[in-house]
Amino acid sequence: MRRPTRENAESQRRITRRGLVLGGAMAAFIGVLGLRMRHLQVEQADQFRLLADENRINIRLIPPARGRIFDREGRIVAENIPSYRINIVREEAGDVEEVISRLARLVALDPKELEKAREDLAKLRGDTPVTVADRVTWEDISRVAVNAPALPGVNPEVGLSRHYPVNADYAHLVGYVGPVSERDLKRMDAPDALLLLPRFQIGKIGLEAQLEETLRGTAGTKRVEVNAAGRIMRELDRVQGKAGADIQLSVDNALQSYVHARLSKESAAAVVMDCDTGDLLACASAPSFDPNLFVRGISVADYRALLDNKYRPLPNKAVQGIYPPGSTFKMVTALAALEDGQVDPNETVYCPGHLEVSNRRFHCWKGGGHGNVDLHRSLRESCDVYYYDLALRVGIEKITAMAQKLGLGVAHDLPLTSVAAGLTPTKDWKLVNRGEEWVIGDSVNASIGQGFVLSSPLQLAVMTARLATGRSVTPRLLKSIDGVEQPTGHGEPMGLNENHLRQIRQAMYAVTNNRRGTAYGSRIIEDAFRMAGKTGTSQVRNITTAERARGVYRNEDLPWERRDHALYVNYAPYDAPRIAVAVIVEHGGGGSTAAAPIARDITLQALYGEDPPLAAYPSKDRDRIRTQQDELRRTRPGMAGDSSDRA
Amino acid sequence: MSYLEYNVKHTPSGLRKVLYLNWGLTLLLTAVAGVGFLMLYSVAGGSFTPWAEPQMKRYAFGLAVMFAVAVVPIWFWRNMSVLAYTVSVLLLIAVELFGVQGKGAQRWIDLGFLRLQPSELVKITLVMLLAAYYDWLPMNRTSRPLWVALPVIAILVPVALVLRQPDLGTSILLVAGGGLLMFIAGVHWAYFAAVIGAGAALVTAIFKSRGTDWQILENYQYRRIDTFLDPGSDPLGAGYHITQSKIALGSGGWTGRGFMQGTQSRLNFLPEKHTDFIFTTLAEEFGFVGAVSLLLLYALILLFCIASALGNKDRFSSLLTLGVAATFFLFFAVNMSMVMGLAPVVGVPLPLVSYGGSAMLILMLGFGLVQSAHIHRPR
Repeated sequence: MRRPTRENAESQRRITRRGLVLGGAMAAFIGVLGLRMRHLQVEQADQFRLLADENRINIRLIPPARGRIFDREGRIVAENIPSYRINIVREEAGDVEEVISRLARLVALDPKELEKAREDLAKLRGDTPVTVADRVTWEDISRVAVNAPALPGVNPEVGLSRHYPVNADYAHLVGYVGPVSERDLKRMDAPDALLLLPRFQIGKIGLEAQLEETLRGTAGTKRVEVNAAGRIMRELDRVQGKAGADIQLSVDNALQSYVHARLSKESAAAVVMDCDTGDLLACASAPSFDPNLFVRGISVADYRALLDNKYRPLPNKAVQGIYPPGSTFKMVTALAALEDGQVDPNETVYCPGHLEVSNRRFHCWKGGGHGNVDLHRSLRESCDVYYYDLALRVGIEKITAMAQKLGLGVAHDLPLTSVAAGLTPTKDWKLVNRGEEWVIGDSVNASIGQGFVLSSPLQLAVMTARLATGRSVTPRLLKSIDGVEQPTGHGEPMGLNENHLRQIRQAMYAVTNNRRGTAYGSRIIEDAFRMAGKTGTSQVRNITTAERARGVYRNEDLPWERRDHALYVNYAPYDAPRIAVAVIVEHGGGGSTAAAPIARDITLQALYGEDPPLAAYPSKDRDRIRTQQDELRRTRPGMAGDSSDRA
Repeated sequence: MSYLEYNVKHTPSGLRKVLYLNWGLTLLLTAVAGVGFLMLYSVAGGSFTPWAEPQMKRYAFGLAVMFAVAVVPIWFWRNMSVLAYTVSVLLLIAVELFGVQGKGAQRWIDLGFLRLQPSELVKITLVMLLAAYYDWLPMNRTSRPLWVALPVIAILVPVALVLRQPDLGTSILLVAGGGLLMFIAGVHWAYFAAVIGAGAALVTAIFKSRGTDWQILENYQYRRIDTFLDPGSDPLGAGYHITQSKIALGSGGWTGRGFMQGTQSRLNFLPEKHTDFIFTTLAEEFGFVGAVSLLLLYALILLFCIASALGNKDRFSSLLTLGVAATFFLFFAVNMSMVMGLAPVVGVPLPLVSYGGSAMLILMLGFGLVQSAHIHRPR
């Protein structure tokens, strides 16, 4: 089909015209695209470059190493050990189940942990590492590393984990760390970003909790380039953090370990305090527990066992436990009366075995009575009636004032969880808290450390140290922080009459060294280390008239929970006090039989700095002591050449 | 046979045809494809696998196809136009029936060795059909309603099929490509004014219909329009593509971060970094200078095509060459508008640069036709 040439030429012109229009339109649009490029790439380049960097650069925290804790000799008490775990990243693993089954052939996987890991793997983002095995050995890690090609997405990871090498000895003092809980975070105003890191551990109780900020250190940061999935591609730079400060305790590891071993069969607590510096050389609560269990996450069964134990292993009885001080309080009443000028040391009070006060009969522990008793004899033989008489004369307010001067009824400033204040009652206190008037019988009870009076073993040790020195010695638990020596608790003189103090000390000496003293059985033979002490037996129940009539009074006949608490406080050596000791054995019976022997053993151990020679003991006890020493040596950790010494 | 109208004595024959190829155009195409290889090598983190090497093989195959098409006389292709168009529409129907699901859209026929995308093929066959139609149609009938209606139907049949897949990007390209060819052929301005007016009405209807029973677009398409209009509204969801694309592009600056230094694409912030969004990698790594250079290469290709078309006395050849140029223009214009935040994300590759076999093969086929028209032009 031919077309006329004219039409052809006309069509050609039209196509040319329209083609040029089209070309022009295209050029215009290309111009628009170019301008848009200029707008984005030149004019807004800075802004977009910033956004791009925000996209790709993440700041990651580097957890600092937690400060270590040492005893006063530099032996390690809390340290950080490498902890290996195995993580799986789902999106790298591909077939997760296949990878897990291959992994299970190399490493023993805990079914419970695996179940949790499977949940997380299904739930969390594909690039989140999920731990399938925690606290695996180096050998396990090596096996995984060797087989890496067959285990896509499996990454071994090394972190630091808290470890307490001496197990139970410091559970109550140092406490333990654990993972950060929701409650921990709520408690804090502005929690450190570190706490949000998975598996970061903070102090939960004891020193670890109280000195958390000091021990934690500050986080380092590293800037990393991440891809869109958040995985780290490379590290750009890093700022080193600061490791937590190391802490040195005032505690002597060898003594602490001995005290624990010595108390092990009882529900008991003991405090050994340096009379000069106030250093707590030992501070033990028995029974104890292994804090490492809590670091790992304690099993329900283990925790249940700790809670159900009637000896209550969890609280720190030495500073949290409060007990009626019993006869160990008599020094307070005596000193209050002497200072008040109400009593002459040589004046005697007649003890018929009881005292009638406002139609109520208050008994002396010795049914038949002590007869005529002066101050010296009243402490030595622990006559109750003598103190009833003093209480009537002095009044509760002065006794309480003296108690507080000696460190009772006040919460001492120690970096521990819930340090108890105890109670030294006043008339106002009773009115406010009990809504009742103070009656004279309350004063009578308080004079022998019963009734409302409550104190912790720590307070009793402080009281004893203050009686021994005349200074207001305060307890010190931290010897140094980050190498900086902490102020001691030497204390200023209390301004008490030296003659009065001497009267008290002489009587306390007689308690253990006089044939008629209540703790004569626990005396020390070595002249250089003779001690002065005071027994205490505090009732946890009222003795009914019927019981008294029947004569059922023997602790051995009662169930454990109803037996008396046994207490003993002492300082030694008598003529140049170095240490003050307080021991309480819960429901141990009499102070002279249950608490005094323990305090004597601890005292000798502290003064000798090692197992004391048998010559220090009364000759008839030596066979028994030898057996006991042999047995204790076996149970004390670190006794075989002090292998715990690592500092 | 209309080629008898011309003096074809000087038309080259046999191997001599190779000398008469539009070598400038061939060189430009290869340069653009080279940019593609470079970028694919870069986004793979400095590796020929998995994209650069297959892309090179495809381009080599594409060149072979182009040469093969080029040496066949243009009048043969004109005679094949109706058949080619019919076959491609039938293939589109076949996709409806036997297609393979991919990326939420049904677009491929799996031939075993090649995944054929008839929606790509129809872009060229539609141009062929329309060029042949206007070559056949006497000029004075061009703007008569009946003769305007026929090509409109020819455009809307494949558009309807492609929309069913659903593939909005290709639909737009088909409508715009066909429309441009009708414009070049000389259809009266009034028709285009009317269509643009109707289009505006349709856009209004699309927005009005949202959420009602007679909703015109799919929900995901509405979301894409939303995020195009305000990418900040959902920066991590549907707006992610546009936001990240603009960030990568903008952070390139004047001269870019340097080859293989594009952090956004390397770190996977960019979606579809090797296909639809490959331009952002180029812009990030080579900056404004690199991006404008590619734009100029594209403009030169258009210029070569327009020059060849206007210098060709054969009406079919002119129309076909301009049609292929218009289609090529639409490809990169829509893609670049999309990645620069000027248009919604509709899924159109950057021609000859984006990774993908179908689109490249079809474009090389188109340029083969342009070359054939060039070689066999009446002299």
